[in-house]
Amino acid sequence: MTGEDTKHLPLEDLHQAAGARFGAFAGWSMPLTYPPGVMKEHLHTREHAGLFDISHMKLFEVAGPGATTLLNRACPLDAGALDISQSKYTFFLNEAAGIIDDLIVTRLGDDRFMVVANAGNAVEDEKHLRALSADFDTRVEPLDRIFLAIQGPDAWAALARAGIETGSLLFMHGIEPRQNWFMSRSGYTGEDGFELGLPEKDARDLFAKLLEDERVQWIGLAARDSLRLEAGLCLHGQDLTPEIDPASAGLMWAIPKEVRAAGGFIGADALRSILERGPSQKRVGLKPDGRQPVRAGAALVDADGNPAGHVTSGGFGPSTGHPVAMGYVNAVLAKAGTKLFADVRGTKIPIDVTPLPFTPHRYRKG
Amino acid sequence: MAKTYFTEDHEWLRVDGGVATVGITDYAQEQLGDLVFVELPEIGRKLAKGDTAVVVESVKAASDVYAPVDGEITEANASLSADPSLVNSAATGDGWLWKMKLSDESQLDSLMDEAAYKAHIG
Repeated sequence: MTGEDTKHLPLEDLHQAAGARFGAFAGWSMPLTYPPGVMKEHLHTREHAGLFDISHMKLFEVAGPGATTLLNRACPLDAGALDISQSKYTFFLNEAAGIIDDLIVTRLGDDRFMVVANAGNAVEDEKHLRALSADFDTRVEPLDRIFLAIQGPDAWAALARAGIETGSLLFMHGIEPRQNWFMSRSGYTGEDGFELGLPEKDARDLFAKLLEDERVQWIGLAARDSLRLEAGLCLHGQDLTPEIDPASAGLMWAIPKEVRAAGGFIGADALRSILERGPSQKRVGLKPDGRQPVRAGAALVDADGNPAGHVTSGGFGPSTGHPVAMGYVNAVLAKAGTKLFADVRGTKIPIDVTPLPFTPHRYRKG
Repeated sequence: MAKTYFTEDHEWLRVDGGVATVGITDYAQEQLGDLVFVELPEIGRKLAKGDTAVVVESVKAASDVYAPVDGEITEANASLSADPSLVNSAATGDGWLWKMKLSDESQLDSLMDEAAYKAHIG
């Protein structure tokens, strides 16, 4: 299952001891499930607190007099307009406005930012940032950190019990609570929760403390995927790719109007013409009839059998109790309530275009 | 008296009077994780050894279950439509998948007994 190029989590021993089953993801050997299994892990996260080792993801510190200008170029972002500690969901776009990666950028200081990037794109992202940094008097430093997420309604209380106060931190804000620590109130589940980057030794201590708490359980990548899909959040490599632009992906909310108008970011011209024409396909939520999951790659057709689009993520939603999916459909078919059919091994399964998310977000915004 | 056989693909067959009840082993259900859907076969369908008989779907993925021998489907476990998790909780009992009338009982000779299967999964 794991080739010699496969990367291993620094704390793999903890997951082995916890009885994890491993699988390959984005070049990493990752814990997919723990003994309770994906269903219980998923529900536990929504009810209490799930603990995820997401050290495959990459943290970059971007700092220097040109940091703001660099990020404004690399992302459709007004980095200088962010308050200190404010985070923003954004992207690296290519010249065609395709999404190279989706990211969270947090302003740590006047000229200092944290960029959290996806595992599968980390190498590409670093190259991209470094190529730009030469023009902008900026240092790009990939950080050697353990990265963990704790998600769910009890996440804040579990952290407090472990000695980490989160009281005043609101959703999509990030701070440096200790030396070489980064903590943001954010996540990939739709629940209230936190993501922490910290050195290995500190992480081992923190994991041990958190796991003494019966509200806290290890959660594997399988439940991470079903949680984010129910929450309507995109997975880069499936729902977002360098061939998909933010307008088609329904992510224009992430691009401030003034930034769009000023057009200083890479891909601005292409995005403008896409918006003028209107995207030909749009990302939508999809709810299959019945219990049979419809998965990534399934073709969609309309009532007359004409091609309508395709599914990019699909599975079963343990909290919704039914299959859930998302995908891209022709723009005229993107209205909620549109009835389509998915081809699953030759059977046509009725599937409805439906609003996202499937489970309401429960973020702590104020 | 019924005799139980096992395949390298982690299926079990309980054969009684020329009819085999087929399911997946406890080891297999553990590997698959929580099942959420079982696509059952049509009664009367003729299968050759290696044909896909059933598709079991976990939260994360779909997996084929193959016909371990040639035969004709005589029954599918309808209770799995309402509760696919029976395969997880009772893989070798109430979580059986289908029954088939065997075309050639001599094919059973190439399958494993329980001791050999246990050695196979280590």
